[in-house]
Amino acid sequence: MSEEKIKDLENQFEERIARDDKIEPKDWMPEKYRKTHIRQISQHAHSEIVGMLPEGNWITRAPSLRRKVALLAKVQDEGGHGLYLYSAAETLGISRDEMIEQLHSGKAKYSSIFNYPSVTWADIGAIGWLVDGAAIINQVALCGTSFGPYARAMVRICKEESFHQRQGYEIMLTLANGTPEQKAMAQDALNRWWWPSLMMFGPRDEDSPNTALSMKWKLKRKTNDELRQQFIDQTVPQAELIDLKVPDPDLKWNEERGHYDFGPIDWDEFWQVVKGHGPCNRERMEARRSAWENGAWVREAAMAHADKKAKKSLNKAS
Amino acid sequence: MKKNWPLWEVFVRSKNGLEHRHFGSLHAADAEMALENARDVYTRRNEGVSIWVVESKYITASNPENNPEMFEPAKDKVYRHPTFYDLPDEIKHM
Ligand SMILES: [Fe+2]
Ligand SMILES: [Fe+2]
Repeated sequence: MSEEKIKDLENQFEERIARDDKIEPKDWMPEKYRKTHIRQISQHAHSEIVGMLPEGNWITRAPSLRRKVALLAKVQDEGGHGLYLYSAAETLGISRDEMIEQLHSGKAKYSSIFNYPSVTWADIGAIGWLVDGAAIINQVALCGTSFGPYARAMVRICKEESFHQRQGYEIMLTLANGTPEQKAMAQDALNRWWWPSLMMFGPRDEDSPNTALSMKWKLKRKTNDELRQQFIDQTVPQAELIDLKVPDPDLKWNEERGHYDFGPIDWDEFWQVVKGHGPCNRERMEARRSAWENGAWVREAAMAHADKKAKKSLNKAS
Repeated sequence: MKKNWPLWEVFVRSKNGLEHRHFGSLHAADAEMALENARDVYTRRNEGVSIWVVESKYITASNPENNPEMFEPAKDKVYRHPTFYDLPDEIKHM
Protein backbone atom coordinates (compact mmCIF):
# COMPACT_ATOMS: atom_id res chain seq x y z
CA MET A 1 0.00 0.00 0.00
CA SER A 2 1.30 3.45 -0.86
CA GLU A 3 2.11 5.88 1.89
CA GLU A 4 -0.59 8.20 0.63
CA LYS A 5 -3.20 5.46 0.80
CA ILE A 6 -2.19 4.64 4.38
CA LYS A 7 -2.42 8.28 5.41
CA ASP A 8 -5.86 8.38 3.88
CA LEU A 9 -6.97 5.27 5.77
CA GLU A 10 -5.51 6.65 8.98
CA ASN A 11 -7.49 9.86 8.60
CA GLN A 12 -10.69 7.97 7.94
CA PHE A 13 -9.95 5.83 10.98
CA GLU A 14 -9.41 8.80 13.29
CA GLU A 15 -12.65 10.33 12.02
CA ARG A 16 -14.57 7.18 12.78
CA ILE A 17 -13.27 7.12 16.34
CA ALA A 18 -13.99 10.82 16.78
CA ARG A 19 -17.64 10.28 15.88
CA ASP A 20 -17.87 7.29 18.27
CA ASP A 21 -18.05 4.67 15.55
CA LYS A 22 -16.92 1.30 16.90
CA ILE A 23 -13.98 -0.46 15.31
CA GLU A 24 -14.57 -4.15 14.58
CA PRO A 25 -11.86 -6.83 14.15
CA LYS A 26 -11.91 -7.05 10.36
CA ASP A 27 -11.87 -3.27 9.87
CA TRP A 28 -8.68 -1.61 8.76
CA MET A 29 -6.74 -0.21 11.73
CA PRO A 30 -3.28 1.28 12.25
CA GLU A 31 -0.72 -1.30 13.39
CA LYS A 32 -0.13 0.69 16.56
CA TYR A 33 -3.84 0.51 17.42
CA ARG A 34 -3.79 -3.26 16.96
CA LYS A 35 -0.64 -3.72 19.02
CA THR A 36 -1.75 -1.43 21.83
CA HIS A 37 -5.06 -3.23 22.07
CA ILE A 38 -3.51 -6.68 22.05
CA ARG A 39 -1.23 -5.57 24.86
CA GLN A 40 -3.88 -3.92 26.99
CA ILE A 41 -6.62 -6.53 26.49
CA SER A 42 -4.32 -9.48 27.08
CA GLN A 43 -2.85 -7.90 30.20
CA HIS A 44 -6.36 -7.26 31.43
CA ALA A 45 -7.16 -10.94 30.77
CA HIS A 46 -4.05 -12.08 32.64
CA SER A 47 -5.08 -9.92 35.61
CA GLU A 48 -8.42 -11.67 35.81
CA ILE A 49 -6.75 -15.08 35.76
CA VAL A 50 -3.91 -14.33 38.17
CA GLY A 51 -6.47 -12.49 40.31
CA MET A 52 -8.16 -15.82 41.01
CA LEU A 53 -5.14 -16.96 43.05
CA PRO A 54 -5.22 -14.75 46.17
CA GLU A 55 -8.94 -15.38 46.60
CA GLY A 56 -8.87 -19.03 45.62
CA ASN A 57 -6.52 -19.36 48.56
CA TRP A 58 -9.49 -18.91 50.94
CA ILE A 59 -12.27 -20.93 49.30
CA THR A 60 -11.71 -24.02 51.42
CA ARG A 61 -11.38 -21.92 54.58
CA ALA A 62 -14.38 -19.60 54.16
CA PRO A 63 -16.08 -19.26 57.56
CA SER A 64 -19.55 -20.37 56.45
CA LEU A 65 -21.30 -22.09 53.57
CA ARG A 66 -22.84 -18.74 52.57
CA ARG A 67 -19.43 -17.13 52.29
CA LYS A 68 -18.02 -20.15 50.53
CA VAL A 69 -20.60 -20.30 47.73
CA ALA A 70 -20.28 -16.54 47.22
CA LEU A 71 -16.49 -16.63 47.01
CA LEU A 72 -16.56 -19.65 44.73
CA ALA A 73 -19.00 -17.88 42.41
CA LYS A 74 -16.88 -14.75 42.41
CA VAL A 75 -13.66 -16.56 41.59
CA GLN A 76 -15.49 -18.46 38.84
CA ASP A 77 -16.68 -15.13 37.43
CA GLU A 78 -13.09 -13.89 37.28
CA GLY A 79 -12.16 -16.96 35.23
CA GLY A 80 -15.02 -16.07 32.89
CA HIS A 81 -13.79 -12.47 32.65
CA GLY A 82 -10.39 -13.77 31.64
CA LEU A 83 -12.02 -15.83 28.90
CA TYR A 84 -14.11 -12.95 27.51
CA LEU A 85 -10.98 -10.84 27.32
CA TYR A 86 -8.74 -13.49 25.79
CA SER A 87 -11.43 -13.98 23.13
CA ALA A 88 -11.57 -10.24 22.44
CA ALA A 89 -7.77 -10.13 22.03
CA GLU A 90 -7.82 -13.19 19.77
CA THR A 91 -9.97 -11.29 17.26
CA LEU A 92 -6.92 -9.07 16.68
CA GLY A 93 -4.88 -11.99 15.42
CA ILE A 94 -2.96 -13.25 18.45
CA SER A 95 -3.53 -16.83 19.60
CA ARG A 96 -4.47 -17.89 23.11
CA ASP A 97 -1.27 -19.89 23.39
CA GLU A 98 0.87 -16.91 22.44
CA MET A 99 -0.75 -14.81 25.14
CA ILE A 100 -0.28 -17.48 27.77
CA GLU A 101 3.30 -17.89 26.66
CA GLN A 102 3.82 -14.13 27.07
CA LEU A 103 2.40 -14.26 30.58
CA HIS A 104 4.59 -17.17 31.59
CA SER A 105 7.76 -15.71 30.13
CA GLY A 106 7.16 -12.43 31.96
CA LYS A 107 6.82 -10.48 28.70
CA ALA A 108 3.20 -9.61 29.48
CA LYS A 109 2.28 -7.98 32.75
CA TYR A 110 -0.81 -8.31 34.93
CA SER A 111 -2.18 -6.00 37.59
CA SER A 112 0.39 -5.64 40.37
CA ILE A 113 -2.25 -5.79 43.07
CA PHE A 114 -2.34 -9.57 42.77
CA ASN A 115 1.25 -9.80 43.92
CA TYR A 116 0.15 -9.04 47.47
CA PRO A 117 -0.70 -11.94 49.80
CA SER A 118 -4.13 -12.70 51.24
CA VAL A 119 -3.13 -13.66 54.76
CA THR A 120 -6.40 -13.42 56.71
CA TRP A 121 -10.09 -13.89 55.96
CA ALA A 122 -10.52 -10.11 56.19
CA ASP A 123 -8.30 -9.81 53.11
CA ILE A 124 -11.09 -11.45 51.12
CA GLY A 125 -13.39 -8.68 52.32
CA ALA A 126 -10.84 -5.99 51.49
CA ILE A 127 -10.15 -7.44 48.04
CA GLY A 128 -13.83 -7.51 47.08
CA TRP A 129 -14.47 -4.05 48.49
CA LEU A 130 -11.31 -2.23 47.36
CA VAL A 131 -9.74 -4.22 44.54
CA ASP A 132 -12.99 -5.02 42.77
CA GLY A 133 -14.16 -1.50 43.59
CA ALA A 134 -11.15 -0.01 41.84
CA ALA A 135 -11.50 -2.50 38.97
CA ILE A 136 -15.14 -1.49 38.50
CA ILE A 137 -14.19 2.17 38.19
CA ASN A 138 -11.56 1.30 35.57
CA GLN A 139 -13.91 -1.01 33.73
CA VAL A 140 -16.96 1.24 33.67
CA ALA A 141 -14.71 3.83 32.04
CA LEU A 142 -13.82 1.23 29.40
CA CYS A 143 -17.39 0.30 28.41
CA GLY A 144 -17.34 3.08 25.83
CA THR A 145 -13.96 2.17 24.39
CA SER A 146 -13.61 2.22 20.60
CA PHE A 147 -12.79 -1.42 19.93
CA GLY A 148 -16.10 -3.30 19.69
CA PRO A 149 -15.12 -6.69 21.16
CA TYR A 150 -13.36 -5.03 24.12
CA ALA A 151 -16.31 -2.74 24.81
CA ARG A 152 -18.76 -5.66 24.68
CA ALA A 153 -16.61 -7.73 27.04
CA MET A 154 -16.50 -4.76 29.42
CA VAL A 155 -20.28 -4.38 29.47
CA ARG A 156 -20.72 -8.05 30.35
CA ILE A 157 -17.98 -7.88 32.97
CA CYS A 158 -19.36 -4.75 34.64
CA LYS A 159 -22.75 -6.43 35.02
CA GLU A 160 -21.10 -9.28 36.89
CA GLU A 161 -18.76 -7.18 39.01
CA SER A 162 -21.22 -5.43 41.26
CA PHE A 163 -21.90 -8.50 43.38
CA HIS A 164 -18.14 -8.93 43.84
CA GLN A 165 -17.80 -5.62 45.56
CA ARG A 166 -20.94 -6.04 47.61
CA GLN A 167 -19.89 -9.46 48.94
CA GLY A 168 -16.52 -7.99 49.94
CA TYR A 169 -18.00 -5.00 51.69
CA GLU A 170 -20.46 -7.25 53.49
CA ILE A 171 -17.56 -9.30 54.86
CA MET A 172 -15.88 -6.08 56.11
CA LEU A 173 -19.15 -4.85 57.60
CA THR A 174 -19.67 -8.11 59.47
CA LEU A 175 -16.11 -8.12 60.83
CA ALA A 176 -16.29 -4.45 61.77
CA ASN A 177 -19.43 -5.15 63.81
CA GLY A 178 -17.92 -8.27 65.37
CA THR A 179 -15.60 -8.86 68.31
CA PRO A 180 -12.70 -6.42 68.90
CA GLU A 181 -10.37 -9.01 67.35
CA GLN A 182 -12.53 -9.28 64.25
CA LYS A 183 -12.71 -5.53 63.92
CA ALA A 184 -8.92 -5.29 64.29
CA MET A 185 -8.56 -7.88 61.56
CA ALA A 186 -10.74 -5.80 59.23
CA GLN A 187 -8.73 -2.67 60.03
CA ASP A 188 -5.48 -4.50 59.40
CA ALA A 189 -6.71 -5.65 55.99
CA LEU A 190 -7.74 -2.11 55.07
CA ASN A 191 -4.32 -0.86 56.17
CA ARG A 192 -2.53 -3.28 53.89
CA TRP A 193 -4.81 -3.03 50.83
CA TRP A 194 -5.54 0.70 50.75
CA TRP A 195 -2.36 1.96 49.10
CA PRO A 196 -1.92 -0.88 46.62
CA SER A 197 -5.55 -0.29 45.59
CA LEU A 198 -4.78 3.35 44.81
CA MET A 199 -1.84 2.18 42.71
CA MET A 200 -4.21 0.08 40.59
CA PHE A 201 -5.08 3.18 38.58
CA GLY A 202 -1.51 3.38 37.34
CA PRO A 203 1.15 6.09 37.52
CA ARG A 204 0.35 9.78 37.91
CA ASP A 205 -0.79 11.45 34.71
CA GLU A 206 2.51 13.29 34.29
CA ASP A 207 4.35 9.94 34.47
CA SER A 208 2.01 8.18 32.08
CA PRO A 209 3.26 8.88 28.54
CA ASN A 210 0.62 6.73 26.82
CA THR A 211 -2.32 8.64 28.25
CA ALA A 212 -2.74 11.05 25.32
CA LEU A 213 -2.91 8.29 22.73
CA SER A 214 -5.17 6.15 24.90
CA MET A 215 -7.54 9.09 25.33
CA LYS A 216 -7.59 9.71 21.58
CA TRP A 217 -8.53 6.10 20.87
CA LYS A 218 -11.02 6.14 23.74
CA LEU A 219 -9.07 3.31 25.36
CA LYS A 220 -9.23 5.63 28.27
CA ARG A 221 -11.98 8.14 28.80
CA LYS A 222 -10.63 9.51 32.07
CA THR A 223 -7.04 9.83 33.20
CA ASN A 224 -5.41 7.71 35.92
CA ASP A 225 -5.55 10.58 38.40
CA GLU A 226 -9.19 11.33 37.70
CA LEU A 227 -10.17 7.71 38.23
CA ARG A 228 -8.06 7.46 41.39
CA GLN A 229 -9.74 10.54 42.82
CA GLN A 230 -13.15 9.11 42.00
CA PHE A 231 -12.25 5.91 43.85
CA ILE A 232 -11.07 7.77 46.93
CA ASP A 233 -14.12 10.02 47.01
CA GLN A 234 -16.47 7.09 46.83
CA THR A 235 -14.60 4.77 49.20
CA VAL A 236 -13.79 7.03 52.16
CA PRO A 237 -17.46 7.42 53.22
CA GLN A 238 -17.88 3.64 52.94
CA ALA A 239 -15.02 3.16 55.40
CA GLU A 240 -16.50 5.73 57.76
CA LEU A 241 -19.86 4.00 57.66
CA ILE A 242 -18.38 0.83 59.13
CA ASP A 243 -16.10 2.79 61.44
CA LEU A 244 -12.80 1.77 59.85
CA LYS A 245 -9.98 4.22 59.43
CA VAL A 246 -8.34 4.85 56.07
CA PRO A 247 -4.56 4.64 56.72
CA ASP A 248 -3.67 8.08 55.39
CA PRO A 249 -2.92 10.88 57.89
CA ASP A 250 -3.18 13.47 55.10
CA LEU A 251 -6.63 12.42 54.02
CA LYS A 252 -8.97 15.41 54.31
CA TRP A 253 -12.11 16.65 52.61
CA ASN A 254 -11.33 19.71 50.49
CA GLU A 255 -14.44 21.85 50.35
CA GLU A 256 -13.10 24.01 47.57
CA ARG A 257 -12.14 21.17 45.23
CA GLY A 258 -15.13 19.07 46.21
CA HIS A 259 -12.76 16.13 46.59
CA TYR A 260 -10.66 14.44 49.24
CA ASP A 261 -7.02 15.48 49.41
CA PHE A 262 -4.73 12.54 50.06
CA GLY A 263 -1.15 11.81 50.98
CA PRO A 264 1.74 10.81 48.67
CA ILE A 265 1.70 7.36 47.10
CA ASP A 266 4.87 5.28 47.37
CA TRP A 267 5.67 4.93 43.66
CA ASP A 268 8.95 3.19 44.38
CA GLU A 269 6.98 0.34 45.86
CA PHE A 270 4.72 0.33 42.81
CA TRP A 271 7.64 0.04 40.37
CA GLN A 272 9.34 -2.59 42.51
CA VAL A 273 6.25 -4.78 42.32
CA VAL A 274 5.82 -4.12 38.58
CA LYS A 275 9.41 -5.21 38.04
CA GLY A 276 8.74 -8.51 39.76
CA HIS A 277 9.91 -7.82 43.30
CA GLY A 278 6.53 -7.83 45.03
CA PRO A 279 5.80 -10.22 47.89
CA CYS A 280 4.12 -12.86 45.67
CA ASN A 281 5.28 -12.33 42.08
CA ARG A 282 7.23 -15.58 41.98
CA GLU A 283 4.55 -17.60 43.71
CA ARG A 284 1.85 -16.35 41.33
CA MET A 285 3.87 -17.15 38.23
CA GLU A 286 4.80 -20.57 39.55
CA ALA A 287 1.16 -21.33 40.24
CA ARG A 288 0.15 -20.29 36.70
CA ARG A 289 2.98 -22.18 35.03
CA SER A 290 2.42 -25.37 36.94
CA ALA A 291 -1.34 -25.23 36.27
CA TRP A 292 -0.57 -24.89 32.57
CA GLU A 293 2.04 -27.63 32.51
CA ASN A 294 0.15 -30.07 34.68
CA GLY A 295 -2.95 -29.56 32.56
CA ALA A 296 -1.17 -30.20 29.27
CA TRP A 297 -1.95 -33.91 29.18
CA VAL A 298 -5.65 -33.19 29.73
CA ARG A 299 -5.75 -30.75 26.81
CA GLU A 300 -3.93 -33.23 24.60
CA ALA A 301 -6.08 -36.17 25.63
CA ALA A 302 -9.28 -34.21 25.00
CA MET A 303 -8.05 -33.31 21.52
CA ALA A 304 -7.03 -36.90 20.75
CA HIS A 305 -10.42 -38.13 21.93
CA ALA A 306 -12.23 -35.56 19.79
CA ASP A 307 -10.19 -36.54 16.73
CA LYS A 308 -10.91 -40.21 17.27
CA LYS A 309 -14.63 -39.57 17.62
CA ALA A 310 -14.67 -37.44 14.49
CA LYS A 311 -12.91 -40.19 12.50
CA LYS A 312 -15.33 -42.80 13.76
CA SER A 313 -18.37 -40.87 12.67
CA LEU A 314 -16.72 -40.20 9.32
CA ASN A 315 -16.13 -43.93 8.83
CA LYS A 316 -19.73 -44.68 9.70
CA ALA A 317 -20.93 -42.13 7.16
CA SER A 318 -18.87 -43.54 4.25
CA MET B 1 2.48 -32.75 17.01
CA LYS B 2 0.75 -30.27 19.26
CA LYS B 3 -2.76 -29.42 18.22
CA ASN B 4 -4.71 -26.67 19.94
CA TRP B 5 -8.37 -26.80 20.79
CA PRO B 6 -10.27 -25.04 18.00
CA LEU B 7 -12.26 -21.84 18.46
CA TRP B 8 -16.08 -21.96 18.66
CA GLU B 9 -18.65 -19.20 18.36
CA VAL B 10 -21.47 -19.26 20.90
CA PHE B 11 -25.06 -18.22 20.20
CA VAL B 12 -27.61 -18.03 23.00
CA ARG B 13 -31.40 -17.73 22.94
CA SER B 14 -32.16 -15.70 26.03
CA LYS B 15 -35.80 -16.82 26.16
CA ASN B 16 -38.29 -18.61 23.97
CA GLY B 17 -39.69 -16.31 21.34
CA LEU B 18 -36.37 -14.56 20.78
CA GLU B 19 -33.67 -15.46 18.27
CA HIS B 20 -30.25 -16.82 19.15
CA ARG B 21 -27.75 -14.02 19.48
CA HIS B 22 -23.96 -14.10 19.27
CA PHE B 23 -22.58 -14.09 22.83
CA GLY B 24 -18.87 -14.68 22.32
CA SER B 25 -16.42 -17.45 21.66
CA LEU B 26 -14.36 -20.08 23.42
CA HIS B 27 -11.98 -22.96 22.80
CA ALA B 28 -13.04 -26.58 23.12
CA ALA B 29 -11.88 -29.95 21.82
CA ASP B 30 -15.27 -30.86 20.35
CA ALA B 31 -18.87 -29.70 20.05
CA GLU B 32 -19.99 -31.40 23.22
CA MET B 33 -17.28 -29.70 25.27
CA ALA B 34 -18.01 -26.40 23.55
CA LEU B 35 -21.64 -26.64 24.68
CA GLU B 36 -20.64 -27.47 28.26
CA ASN B 37 -18.12 -24.65 28.41
CA ALA B 38 -20.60 -22.23 26.86
CA ARG B 39 -23.10 -23.11 29.54
CA ASP B 40 -20.54 -22.47 32.26
CA VAL B 41 -19.17 -19.27 30.79
CA TYR B 42 -22.13 -17.53 29.20
CA THR B 43 -25.22 -18.68 31.12
CA ARG B 44 -24.25 -18.56 34.81
CA ARG B 45 -27.07 -16.11 35.57
CA ASN B 46 -30.03 -17.51 33.63
CA GLU B 47 -28.98 -15.70 30.46
CA GLY B 48 -30.28 -18.44 28.22
CA VAL B 49 -32.64 -21.32 27.44
CA SER B 50 -30.85 -22.64 24.36
CA ILE B 51 -27.27 -22.61 23.07
CA TRP B 52 -25.80 -23.12 19.60
CA VAL B 53 -22.09 -23.60 19.05
CA VAL B 54 -20.35 -23.62 15.70
CA GLU B 55 -16.68 -23.90 14.94
CA SER B 56 -15.47 -20.45 13.96
CA LYS B 57 -13.78 -21.68 10.78
CA TYR B 58 -17.16 -22.54 9.29
CA ILE B 59 -18.36 -18.94 9.39
CA THR B 60 -17.88 -16.97 6.20
CA ALA B 61 -17.79 -13.26 6.89
CA SER B 62 -18.14 -10.38 4.49
CA ASN B 63 -15.13 -8.17 4.11
CA PRO B 64 -15.58 -4.60 5.41
CA GLU B 65 -13.41 -3.38 2.55
CA ASN B 66 -16.21 -4.40 0.21
CA ASN B 67 -18.83 -2.57 2.20
CA PRO B 68 -19.48 0.09 -0.47
CA GLU B 69 -20.50 -2.40 -3.16
CA MET B 70 -22.10 -4.70 -0.58
CA PHE B 71 -24.38 -2.31 1.23
CA GLU B 72 -24.53 1.04 -0.49
CA PRO B 73 -26.79 -0.03 -3.36
CA ALA B 74 -29.58 -0.40 -0.80
CA LYS B 75 -29.27 3.22 0.27
CA ASP B 76 -30.84 4.88 -2.78
CA LYS B 77 -33.76 2.46 -3.02
CA VAL B 78 -36.13 4.61 -1.02
CA TYR B 79 -39.08 3.08 -2.85
CA ARG B 80 -38.64 0.02 -0.63
CA HIS B 81 -39.93 2.06 2.30
CA PRO B 82 -43.59 2.90 2.92
CA THR B 83 -42.92 6.62 3.33
CA PHE B 84 -41.96 6.85 -0.36
CA TYR B 85 -45.62 6.68 -1.39
CA ASP B 86 -47.83 9.78 -1.26
CA LEU B 87 -51.34 9.00 -0.18
CA PRO B 88 -54.19 11.31 0.86
CA ASP B 89 -54.37 12.05 4.60
CA GLU B 90 -57.83 10.44 4.81
CA ILE B 91 -56.20 7.06 4.45
CA LYS B 92 -55.36 6.31 8.03
CA HIS B 93 -54.22 2.75 8.41
CA MET B 94 -52.10 1.71 5.49
FE1 LIG C 1 -13.21 -9.42 37.03
FE1 LIG D 1 -14.38 -9.03 40.18
